[in-house]
Amino acid sequence: MYDTIVIGSGPAGITAAIYLKRSNKNVLVISKPGGAMAHDTLIDNYYGFPGGVTGAQLLDLGIKQAKDLGIEVISEEVIAIDKLTDFSVITSKHTFESKTVILATGKARQTLKIKGFNQFKGKGISFCVTCDGFFFRQKKLALVGYNDYMLHELKDMEYLTNDITIFTNGHELTVDVNYPVVKDIITEIKGDEFGVTHILTADTHYDVQGIFVALGTPSAADFATRIGAVVENGNLIVDQDYQTNVEGLFACGDAIGGVLQITKASNDGMQTAISLKKYLKSKTA
Amino acid sequence: MAKTITKENFKEIVLQSDKPVLVDFWAAWCRPCQMLGPIVEQLASEVDGLAVVGKVNVDEQPELANEFRIMSIPTILVFKNGKLAGNTVGVRQKDELRRLLGV
Repeated sequence: MYDTIVIGSGPAGITAAIYLKRSNKNVLVISKPGGAMAHDTLIDNYYGFPGGVTGAQLLDLGIKQAKDLGIEVISEEVIAIDKLTDFSVITSKHTFESKTVILATGKARQTLKIKGFNQFKGKGISFCVTCDGFFFRQKKLALVGYNDYMLHELKDMEYLTNDITIFTNGHELTVDVNYPVVKDIITEIKGDEFGVTHILTADTHYDVQGIFVALGTPSAADFATRIGAVVENGNLIVDQDYQTNVEGLFACGDAIGGVLQITKASNDGMQTAISLKKYLKSKTA
Repeated sequence: MAKTITKENFKEIVLQSDKPVLVDFWAAWCRPCQMLGPIVEQLASEVDGLAVVGKVNVDEQPELANEFRIMSIPTILVFKNGKLAGNTVGVRQKDELRRLLGV
């Protein structure tokens, strides 16, 4: 059982992990390579780097610093977070248990830009099988995705119906499935007053009664929504202690919005670590 | 305290109310609904006398869930003068719900 699992290894997550580790907390950092900063070619407004530093360099240095302090940093994709009393963080390979979780995954910048998508969100298009599956029992369903995240949702969908078609939306499938697969790009989602009715590709119309989306890497907002944390405009809402409305679930960095800057993210990470220490202490008192 | 709304009392509590009514469609197995529950209860006591706050359990009231085409929970509907006047899906902060009610 970890004291905390930090999801994300950018400036917010790593700073939180470093402060917590230095307070003798048992910390695990899980992250997928990449993130917004990896694409910054030159950062020349950050303290201590005359001449600038690339985003990738700064990320590597941060992770190295964490590892040198004895923090476990693993590179796996988190596909789900569950909470009973404690948290379970599920990756494609493992399930880890912790008392708290810090979401520092950055800001999701990926959305489906498909005609009809926004119109039918919550009206037949859903992002959460365990939340909304109930309304789609024995229906003809589409699942949009191509990787482990999609597979995780598919397992939950099989309780609802056998009539499932996978739409990869142009991506190569990276997992094995026993369902029909459409690899074409989705051009439009059609529906009527009762919900969705069709997925259109360049040359075919597919009948569907419900569409679940599990595309790419789930964002902090995806995890948070499922656990019941408040998300507004893609940003997690936290209190002054960087805690969401879900007890023990903290968030910092770009995931909570504000200025999307490294200095702000690392300040968030430090503040989160301080609050989280107080939280852990209050739980053991 | 939030009122329990059923298909039997829906007309009386929601449609015939002279105050705005907020209805939370929820289920016991839905994690986000469990998080929204206490927020809705707080709102109910805060707006007591100004507005009505009620809850529909979609497992027990499939007819109401169907009638309003609920496909995602929690869904919040707001009624004013017997007519649907607003909706939102997912966990929301109390202040935002109060703004929807307009009280």
